[in-house]
Amino acid sequence: MADAHGEGALKKTPLYDLHVELGARMVPFAGYDMPVQYPAGIMTEHKATRDSAGLFDVSHMGQALLIGPDHETTARALEALTPSNFVELGHGRQRYTVLLNAEGGIIDDLMVTRPLDPAEDGKLMIVVNAACKDGDYAHLAANLPADVKLEIIEDRALIALQGPKAVDVVAAHAPAAADLAFMTAAPMEFDGIAVHVARAGYTGEDGVEMSVPAGAAEAICRALLADERVSPIGLGARDSLRLEAGLCLYGHDIDTTTSPVEGNITFCMQKRRREEGGFPGAERIQAELKDGPGRLRVGLKLEGRAPAREGAEIRTPDGILVGTLTSGGFAPTVGAPIAMGYVATEHGTPGTRLDLMVRGKPLAAEVVEMPFVPNRYYRKPKA
Amino acid sequence: MTTFYTKDHEWIAVAGDIATVGVTSYAQGQLGDVVYVELPEGGKALSQGDEAAVVESVKAASEVYAPIDGEVTEANDALADAPAMVNEDPEAGAWFWKMSIADKSQLDDLMDATAYKAYVDTL
Repeated sequence: MADAHGEGALKKTPLYDLHVELGARMVPFAGYDMPVQYPAGIMTEHKATRDSAGLFDVSHMGQALLIGPDHETTARALEALTPSNFVELGHGRQRYTVLLNAEGGIIDDLMVTRPLDPAEDGKLMIVVNAACKDGDYAHLAANLPADVKLEIIEDRALIALQGPKAVDVVAAHAPAAADLAFMTAAPMEFDGIAVHVARAGYTGEDGVEMSVPAGAAEAICRALLADERVSPIGLGARDSLRLEAGLCLYGHDIDTTTSPVEGNITFCMQKRRREEGGFPGAERIQAELKDGPGRLRVGLKLEGRAPAREGAEIRTPDGILVGTLTSGGFAPTVGAPIAMGYVATEHGTPGTRLDLMVRGKPLAAEVVEMPFVPNRYYRKPKA
Repeated sequence: MTTFYTKDHEWIAVAGDIATVGVTSYAQGQLGDVVYVELPEGGKALSQGDEAAVVESVKAASEVYAPIDGEVTEANDALADAPAMVNEDPEAGAWFWKMSIADKSQLDDLMDATAYKAYVDTL
């Protein structure tokens, strides 16, 4: 089976051998040889994450640091490329944002974290999509001011543990994880290993993403998998989980042509940035905020059992073409097929009946609010 | 009854003038969890290689091809309500459709169980 994929050498994450040992079916993804599923299968893995805890290798994603002389300088440098507020981002806080092109389209979506320790001020940690990382790094390097440097992190793995029992499991090895609220992060020790834990994820569940030394990744995963509450989860269930959570997959649900307003992710734009502008494509984005976008990403729930996939046409019951699906599939927790796609905004109101065209036939669907499955993020009670 | 196999991982069990078609255990393993099956309607004329049915797993849609020429006589409607049967009992209970056999010589080009097993072992 030499060169089974016939497209040059695929990169491996530090967890490759463990995936193979666990019986994963490996597939090429964003230049990496990644597990699409383990022997349990996508449906079982999906449910294991919703019911207990799922372990994901997301080491293919890009981890990097922006390093400037002080917080404000670094934050303003990133604000020049994104529509989010980083100047006022607190210590140990994490924020979702997008890199914008000059037309207000999305180059990539990413997570940004301000270190907890004030001594680290001037640094922002970023995590970008695997398929976009080379382009993102080039874009950042070309557009950051001279006093803010991009430092790509190559020697760390990224592990996610997601699900209602995830934090309990992690806290047995890293007790400080239990103190984190959703979208906060802190450095801590996991069985004596220095790791960085963020309470966030891509499933709609409570859970963490841990940046760990590459050489310790396998030991940490084995420690987590030794807990009977934990199952290994491949890319297949990662996709069905994020779809149910209403979360975008870059390159499908958002891309260089879609703005954050069309993409229905305006939560990444804080008030000051919406009002002040000063980000690429601000003219378009501010006009869309004011007048509404021409098209909008919406959730769709199908009436029958047949799924509709990315690329399917969205039509009115009268047959008028009003949009295209960008993601779709069977939703194991919902127990029905669901989808998301862009429709002309006047057809995007929840309750609107639309047809999804599959193999030439219309499948009845209805616009619904997202997420399809309620989020279970952990927000600390106010003191 | 004699069972034949195709390189596309369909099985075709011949009893008299009627053939029953389904997908193999290997195929269901590759598909993963099946969530929907679209079957041909009774009376539909099929030519060898036509897309006759569609199997949707959680991840993707896959076509099932007509292994021979003939006319659909019956579809397994039980799969509509229980698509997971394709994973649980692919080579018996989860048959897809029955069809007439227009040209018995087409069966000669298909694999028997031994040849199919050898074929799967090369994959």
